[in-house]
Amino acid sequence: MKVLVVAEHLNGKLEDITFEMLGKAKELGTAEVALLGHNAKDLAAQLGKADSVIYMDSPELAEFNPDTYSKGLKAIVEARQPDIVLVGNTSMGMDLAAALSVDMGMPLVAYAIDVAADKVVSSLYGGKMNVESAVSTPFIASVLAGSFPADAGRGEGSPAVEEMAAPDFGSVKVRFKQLIEPEGGDVDITQQPILVSVGRGIQSEDNLPMAEELANKLGGAVSASRPIIDNKWLPKTRQVGKSGLKVKPKLYLTLGISGAPEHIEGMKDADLIIAVNTDLKAPIFDYAHYGTTVDLFDLVPALTEKL
Amino acid sequence: MHETREVFRLFPQALQIAFYLVGFATIFYFLFGSYKIVQKYRKGRPAGRWNQLGARFMKALGTMAKHSTLSKRNKYVGVAHWLIFWGFVVLFIGTVIVALDHDFLRFMGVHLLQGKFYLWFSLFLDVFGVGFLVGLLMMAFRRAKKPPELDYTRPDLPQGKYDRKPYVTDDKIFLWLLFFIGLTGFLIEGLRIVGDNYPSFEVWSPVGWMLAHALDALGLSAKANTIFIYTWWFHAVMVLGFIAYLPHSKAMHILVDFANLMFKDDLAAKRLPKVTEEKMKEGMGYLKLTDFTWKELMDFDACTKCGRCHVACPARASGAPLSPRDLILEMRTFSEIKAGTLEWFMQAESNGWTNKKEPAIAGDVIKADTLWACTTCMACVEACPVGIEHLTTIVNLRRTLVDEGNMEDSLQDVLMNIGDYGNSFGQSDRMRAKWTKELDFKIKDARKEEVDYLWYVGDYASYDQRIQSISRKVAKILNDAGVSFGILYEAEKNSGNDVRRIGEEGLYEMLVEDNMAALEEASFKEIFTTDPHTLNTLKNEYPEFGGHYKVKHYTQLLIELIKSGKLQLKKKLDYTVTYHDPCYLGRYNGITEEPRELLQLLGVKLKEMPRNRTNSFCCGAGGGRIWMDDSKLEKRPSEMRIEEALALGEVDCFIVACPKDYAMYSDAVKTSGNEGKLEVKDVIDLLEEALS
Amino acid sequence: MNIIVLIKQVPDLVEELELDSSGKDLDREWLKYKVNEFDDHALEEALLLKEEHGGTVTAMALDGQDIDKALYAAAAKGADRVVKITGLEGNPSNHEAAKAFANAISGMDYQAVFTGVQSVEDRDGQLPVLVAHYLGIPHVSVVSGVKIEGDKAVVYKEYGGGMMAELEVDLPAVLGIQAARETPRYVPVARVRRAMRSTEMEEVSAGDVSGAAAGSEVARMFKPETGQGAEMLEGSAEEVADKIVSILKEKGIV
Repeated sequence: MKVLVVAEHLNGKLEDITFEMLGKAKELGTAEVALLGHNAKDLAAQLGKADSVIYMDSPELAEFNPDTYSKGLKAIVEARQPDIVLVGNTSMGMDLAAALSVDMGMPLVAYAIDVAADKVVSSLYGGKMNVESAVSTPFIASVLAGSFPADAGRGEGSPAVEEMAAPDFGSVKVRFKQLIEPEGGDVDITQQPILVSVGRGIQSEDNLPMAEELANKLGGAVSASRPIIDNKWLPKTRQVGKSGLKVKPKLYLTLGISGAPEHIEGMKDADLIIAVNTDLKAPIFDYAHYGTTVDLFDLVPALTEKL
Repeated sequence: MHETREVFRLFPQALQIAFYLVGFATIFYFLFGSYKIVQKYRKGRPAGRWNQLGARFMKALGTMAKHSTLSKRNKYVGVAHWLIFWGFVVLFIGTVIVALDHDFLRFMGVHLLQGKFYLWFSLFLDVFGVGFLVGLLMMAFRRAKKPPELDYTRPDLPQGKYDRKPYVTDDKIFLWLLFFIGLTGFLIEGLRIVGDNYPSFEVWSPVGWMLAHALDALGLSAKANTIFIYTWWFHAVMVLGFIAYLPHSKAMHILVDFANLMFKDDLAAKRLPKVTEEKMKEGMGYLKLTDFTWKELMDFDACTKCGRCHVACPARASGAPLSPRDLILEMRTFSEIKAGTLEWFMQAESNGWTNKKEPAIAGDVIKADTLWACTTCMACVEACPVGIEHLTTIVNLRRTLVDEGNMEDSLQDVLMNIGDYGNSFGQSDRMRAKWTKELDFKIKDARKEEVDYLWYVGDYASYDQRIQSISRKVAKILNDAGVSFGILYEAEKNSGNDVRRIGEEGLYEMLVEDNMAALEEASFKEIFTTDPHTLNTLKNEYPEFGGHYKVKHYTQLLIELIKSGKLQLKKKLDYTVTYHDPCYLGRYNGITEEPRELLQLLGVKLKEMPRNRTNSFCCGAGGGRIWMDDSKLEKRPSEMRIEEALALGEVDCFIVACPKDYAMYSDAVKTSGNEGKLEVKDVIDLLEEALS
Repeated sequence: MNIIVLIKQVPDLVEELELDSSGKDLDREWLKYKVNEFDDHALEEALLLKEEHGGTVTAMALDGQDIDKALYAAAAKGADRVVKITGLEGNPSNHEAAKAFANAISGMDYQAVFTGVQSVEDRDGQLPVLVAHYLGIPHVSVVSGVKIEGDKAVVYKEYGGGMMAELEVDLPAVLGIQAARETPRYVPVARVRRAMRSTEMEEVSAGDVSGAAAGSEVARMFKPETGQGAEMLEGSAEEVADKIVSILKEKGIV
C-alpha cells in the first residue's frame, strides 16, 4: 500500500495530526508525506518516520491557501499515484479533501477514526454512531484528530526528501492576507498541570470566582467548554475542545460539563479526569475516571475548604 | 340679618364682569384641554369594554365611595385621600350651587342659599373643608418622610441622565395649590364674618367664626373688607388657575380615574387579548400609538405617580431596569408629545428617544431590557388603585420585540425548543412521561381510557428531576385514594401560558391548537394540575379558542379527598411553616384559602409572611424570566422572599404549591447562603408525611 | 449582492439513534429531522450581508422530509426566494447532493454560495468544497467572519486554539460557514405561517448527477464503545469532597 500523508503546518510548526496520520500510514504500507510550503524544507527533518517526503516549494504556498494548496496537492497525487491519501479532518484538511475527491474522481471517506486497505471507519452523528465504509483504492480518508497516537509518527532520522516543482497555479482566486492570533496575555491552559473546567452547569458568570478559588487552591487554572466562551464569560484562550485547545493536564476536573464529543476531543488524554454533573446520563462519565452527581454548588465550596 | 351669603359681596360691577370673563375663558380652556385628552383615546383601537355598563358604573361608584383600592394595605393614605376627595367634591358641589343660585335660579325667583338650608350648607362645607385641609396636610407630612413609593429614581437610567424635578414640581403645585385654595377659602369666610361684624347665624360656619376672632385679635378687623377683596381675587385666581391646570398635569386623574376604574376588566392580564387578523398583517405587536386600545391609552393618563406598583414590582426590587410606574409615565409622555399636549411641568427630554424622528415604542421609548425584565406577576395591576392594566401594554410591546427577534439567545433557544419538541427543556417529547416509569403502577392513558380527572402535568413537573419526585408523590397519593385520573403522555405539550406572556403569540396559538386536539382525543370530566401557570391559561384563555374545561388546582382536589374520607390522615404534623402564594394561583386566580385549609387540616402552624395572598411576592420565574439571564440582578426576588420568610423567626418549612416556585426557592435557599435554616417543601411532601 | 444558501436537513440527535434491520443505516422511520445548525449560521450571515449591502438571498434545499417548513422559515427570516430541488431519491450522498446543487445554481445570477461548514451526516466529505468544485469556483471553508468589498470577499478562516487566517477571495465563491457574526435569529411562528401562505416555493430538477458519487458503500453502522465509564463517587457533598481529596493525595496531585 502506498500511502500519501498530507502534512499540516501552521506558523512554522507541524501539527500533531501530521504525525498521527504518519504513524498510521506506516502501519498500512509505505508512507510518503506531501509537504507544501515556502522555505519550509527544515520541517521535513522532523518527519523521520516517513519513507519519503515530497516537498513542493512556492511563494504561493507560503501560507495555507485553499486554491494553491489544492492545485499543488493534485499535482503531487497525479505524479505519485498513491493508493490511499490521508488528510486531516481539520480546517485545512476540509478545504483540500473534497477538492481532491472531485478533481481526481477519487472516493472520499471523512471523519475517519480508523483506516484499512479496504475500509474506513468514521465517527458520525455527533459521535453517537460509527459507520464502516467499504472502499477500494485509490481513495482519500480525512482523519479526525486524536484518532491515532502522534508518537507513532514521530521518529529520529532524516527521510528522503524529493523536491517537486509547483505546478502553474493559473489564476489564483484566493489570497492569504494575515494570520490573527487570539488576544493573548492570558493563561496558557495547555501548560497548566491542573485544570478546573466549567460548563453550562455553572449557570452564571457570577459563579466563576468559586471555580477560580478551587483552581487556585489546587495550583491550576480555570478552563471552559464552548458555551461559556460563546457567552463571553471567559476568553477564547480558555476554551478546551475541537475548536479550542487540546490539553493533557495531570488533573482535569469538570464542573457542569455534559461531555459533547467536540469537548472530549480536547481533553480525553488527561491523566486524571474527575467529572461533576447532576445528570447521571451525561456522556462525560464515559470518559472520566471518577464521577459524581453531587451538586457542584455544594461540592466546590466543600472541596475548596478541605484542600 | 337674614341667613344667606352675598355673592360678589363688595364687588363693583366691573370687577364682576371681569371675573365672569376670566372665568369663562378658563372654563373653555379647561374644556378644550379635556377634549384633547379624549381625542387621544379615540385614536385607539376598540377595547370591548362597553359591556354591562350599569354594573360597571355601580362597581366603580362603590369603589370610589369607599376608597377601597386606596385603603388597601395603606389605611393612612386611604383616610387622607378620602378626606381630600370628599372635601373637594363637597366644596365643588357647594360652589356649583352658589353659581346655580346666583346665575340661574335667581332669575326664576328661586333662592336656595338662605334660611335653614343655608345654615346646614355652611356647616357641611366647613366640616368637609377642614377635612380637605387635614387630608392634604396628612399627605404633605407623608411626603416629607420620603416614603419609597414617592422615590422617583429611575431603575433604567443612571443618575444624571434624567431629571425628575418636573415631577416633583407638579406634585408640589398640585398639593399646595389645593391647600391654599382651601385655606384662602376659610380666610375669606373669616374676613367676611369680621367685616360683617359677626352676624349670629355665621356661627354655623365655625371655622370662619374662629378665624374671624383670630383676625380680630391680630387687629385686622378694620381693614377686613379691603383684605377681603384681595383675598377673594387671590382665591379666585388660584381656583381658575387650578381649573386651567387640571387637564395639563397629574390633576387630570380627577377626570380620568373614575372612567378608568369603570372600564377596568377583572380578567385583564389574566386573559390576554388575541391578535386580530387585521393587526397580524402589520405585525403581531404594537408599533404605533393607534395600535393601543383606548383603555390602554387612558391607562397612561390615569396614573397619579402614587408609586404602589413601583414598590410592589419584584423586578424593580431586584435591581432590574423595570418600574411599572415609569413605564406608564414614559408612555404618557410619548402620547402627549405625539398629541401636542405635553403637561405643563413635564420635560420633553426623556430617556434619549425624544431626539429620534420616529422612535420605536418597543425598543426606544421603552427599552427592550425594561420590557424583558417583567415577570408578569401582576403585582402592579393588583396594587394600582386607579385600575391601570400595565401588563397588557407590556405583553403587546413584547410581541413587537419577538417579531423583531429582539430577545436574549437563551430565550430564543427555549422558544425554539418549545416549537420543535413541545417543551422548554429541549428533550424529546417521547420522554415526557418517563417520570412515571419509577411508579409501581401505570398511570392511565387518558387518550385510551375514560377517566374522571385529566392531570395536565406541565413541563417542569415532567422533565425537571427535582419536580419529577413531587409528581410521583402526587400520583401515588391519588392512586392510593382510588382517584380515577390519567395523563396525555407524549401528546401533552407546554400549555403556552408563559409563551403567550413572552409575546410569541404565533407559537402560543400553535400550542393551543395542538393541546386542544390532544384534549379532544381524551375522555375526562375535569382537569387538574399542579402548575398554576397551566391552570391560568387553560381556565382563562383556552375558552376564547373554543376549549372549555373545568380546571382545578391539585390542592383543591386534595382537600376534597380528605374531606370525603378518601384520604385518611394518620397524624398531625408538628411543623411551623409559612406558605408562599404562587402568583398565578393566588393573585391571578384567587385561590388562596384552599391551600391554607389543607395546611390547617395537616395540623401545621402557619405563620404568614408580610406579603401574602394577593399581595404575594413573585419568585421571579414568570414571563419567561426563568429562561433568561439573571446574573445582572442585584438580588434575586426569590432570595428576597426567603429572607422575608426567615425574618418571621421560628419557621421550619417554606411551603410551595407550584413547580417553578419549588425550583426557584430550592436554589434561592442555597445561593442566599441559608441552607439548613429553612426547608423548601411542596404541599404534597407534607401530605405524604401526614398519610404515612 | 446575490447569495444562495444551501440548507440540509439532518437527523435530530436529541433522540436515541436506532439502526434499521439491515444494520447499514439509521432507522429513519422514527427519526426527527432538523436543519443543520451550521446551515442556520450560513443563512444568518447571508441575511446580515443582504441587510448591509442589499441584493437577494435565495434559500435552496433538496426535497425531503419536512424541508418545506425549513424553507418557509428561511423565507420568514428574509430570504427572497426559496427553491426546492426534486428528483434525488432516498438519502443521496454529499457528492450527489453537491452535483444537484451545482446543476441548479449554474444557471443563476449569484455572487456567493453559503452553506454550513459541516453536518453530522457527512460520510463522504463536507458539502461546501464539493459544491465549489462541481461549480468550478473558488472556496474557503471554516469561515467565521465575512466582509464584502466590491467583487471580493474578505473572510476569516478558523484554525484551532483561537488562531485565524484572513483571506481574500474573488467572487463568485463558495464559503463554508462555521459561525455567523450574530446568533441565528429567531423567527416567530406567526411569521412562518404568514410565509407559508405568501411565498412561492420554486421547484427545480436535480438534473444529471451521474458521475458524482461517494465512491464507497456503507458496510455497517454500530454504536461506539464508550469508555469503561467513571467510577461513581456516592454520598453527600462533604463525603464526596473527602473522597476526591484522598484520590488526589493518592495520585500525588496534592
